[in-house]
Amino acid sequence: MSGLLLHAQGLHKRFGAVVAAHDLQVLIRTSERISLIGSNGAGKTTFVNMITGYIPPDEGRIEFDGQDITGMNPRQITRLGVARSFQIPQLYPTLSVLENMLVAQTCHDNRLSLWRAASTAQSRERAETVLSRFNLLEQRHRLVAELPGGMRKLVDIALAMTGSPKLLLLDEPTSGVAAEEKFPMMDTVMQALDGQQLTALFVEHDMDIVSRYCDRVIAFYSGRIIADDLPAVALANADVRRYVTGERDPQEASHA
Amino acid sequence: MGPLFVRALLILLAGLGLGWWLPKWLQFMLTMAMANGLVSLGIVLLMRGGVVPFGQGLMAALGGYAVALVFMHWGWSDAVGLPLMGGLVAMLVTAPFAPLLARYRGIFFSMLTLALSMVGYGMLVKTESLGGSDGFNMGRVTFFGQALADHQVGFTLLAVTLGFVVVVGVLARLYFASTRGLVTRAIRDNELRVEYMGGSVSQTMAINFLLAAFLAGMGGALAVMALGHIDPNFSYWTSSGEYVFVAILAGSQSVVAVLLSAAVLEVVRSFSSLYFPTTWQFALGLFLLLVIRFLPQGLGSLWNRKKEQAP
Repeated sequence: MSGLLLHAQGLHKRFGAVVAAHDLQVLIRTSERISLIGSNGAGKTTFVNMITGYIPPDEGRIEFDGQDITGMNPRQITRLGVARSFQIPQLYPTLSVLENMLVAQTCHDNRLSLWRAASTAQSRERAETVLSRFNLLEQRHRLVAELPGGMRKLVDIALAMTGSPKLLLLDEPTSGVAAEEKFPMMDTVMQALDGQQLTALFVEHDMDIVSRYCDRVIAFYSGRIIADDLPAVALANADVRRYVTGERDPQEASHA
Repeated sequence: MGPLFVRALLILLAGLGLGWWLPKWLQFMLTMAMANGLVSLGIVLLMRGGVVPFGQGLMAALGGYAVALVFMHWGWSDAVGLPLMGGLVAMLVTAPFAPLLARYRGIFFSMLTLALSMVGYGMLVKTESLGGSDGFNMGRVTFFGQALADHQVGFTLLAVTLGFVVVVGVLARLYFASTRGLVTRAIRDNELRVEYMGGSVSQTMAINFLLAAFLAGMGGALAVMALGHIDPNFSYWTSSGEYVFVAILAGSQSVVAVLLSAAVLEVVRSFSSLYFPTTWQFALGLFLLLVIRFLPQGLGSLWNRKKEQAP
């Protein structure tokens, strides 16, 4: 069995009266492809935000690669090898795609300097290698503001991949993408991930995407984990069908 | 980097050659324009990170007071050393405030810098040992130990200022293209993502603020050397506003545009005050409105746009 990468123990988080996380226990092993599912407000993004240091848990502990990261800020956690993309792509719209990648490289390598040029043959080559994995090489000189939504999503993920992270968190990578573009886009993302020994966590609403691209599903409801299993098993779970996918149980349907 | 240094050298030589033949009043005007341009270049540096300071007048005043005091009390009069010292003093005095200011954005940053500069202005006005509201005079500088005759002063100050401007211009170009320069632009667009990538936003902004303070101090020192006088009006908010005016006129894309805009301001100011002495600010405001309407990215966008259009 692969090694343990992330261990969240007893995570609690409340926003006023709303319970966003209640006693979350999650074990994630290296190279797993895990999908976090649940309806809006179920606690998926809160879980991701706690792992990445955007919000601290009220209680509980998060270990990443054997190190306690509870309470660390996003910058510290990123340096340890946790990267994320966002539901709404967080990019630098007035910079070109290549410049976006160069910013990611600079920040990740901690090479902030007053005189070292950002764009060198070496840094461009490295950025272009990542861009080519996402089929974005031809777009490298375009301003990000000019790109269509699907491409922005890919740039967002490419930025997260720049530092060769150990754990990649993708927050709804296909949201806002046209239905016919979802599978080609996910194929591109998965091909890019396959070259890397990294663990990926997807927040996803599309169950076709979940069952096709993930090898484990964690389902959330009202801040709690209601299923954590193989996709086929988890998606057949009665609670998941009721609270997440919105399907009615066959027995209930026959009584109706 | 070769072409950049060659261009800088050519500009320096052409400027020196041209400056030699200019009348004294024009030498003085260009010296003041370049000195003010250095202060505005610091503002441009901060604008690239998405903040506009309204207190650079105080930084310029710090540099000006520092060189005038050193000249008066210690007799140090070197035209090359004094501006460097002015920049250093402005940077050191503002250093304790840099971490605080680096946490603010938008109007809060602008108002905080304005507030600090007005506190400084109030202190300068009330400090009798610094001449109070009248300020005090500074004597004639020397050039590497050589006293300057009347006919040499104007050109020497122009040459020294031009030398500093060319060196600073080259360094600014290198900085704009550096990793920190690129991250500064990224911060303007999306600082949250910079933090999520492992970059330190507050550190970058604090360093930019210190660099801008150094440039303002140096510019203030050069202006005081040319004027031979320093008073608290250097730090008044209207002075800070003029530096911002130049920075907006120039846009944040070009170092040359900053210097050109500073020269435009001096020309508009000089001729407007000659022909419309009571309403010259009106002409200045009208000019800025036209620039904002037709060149919203500043004068620098004129040649940057041409570069983009080139095949």
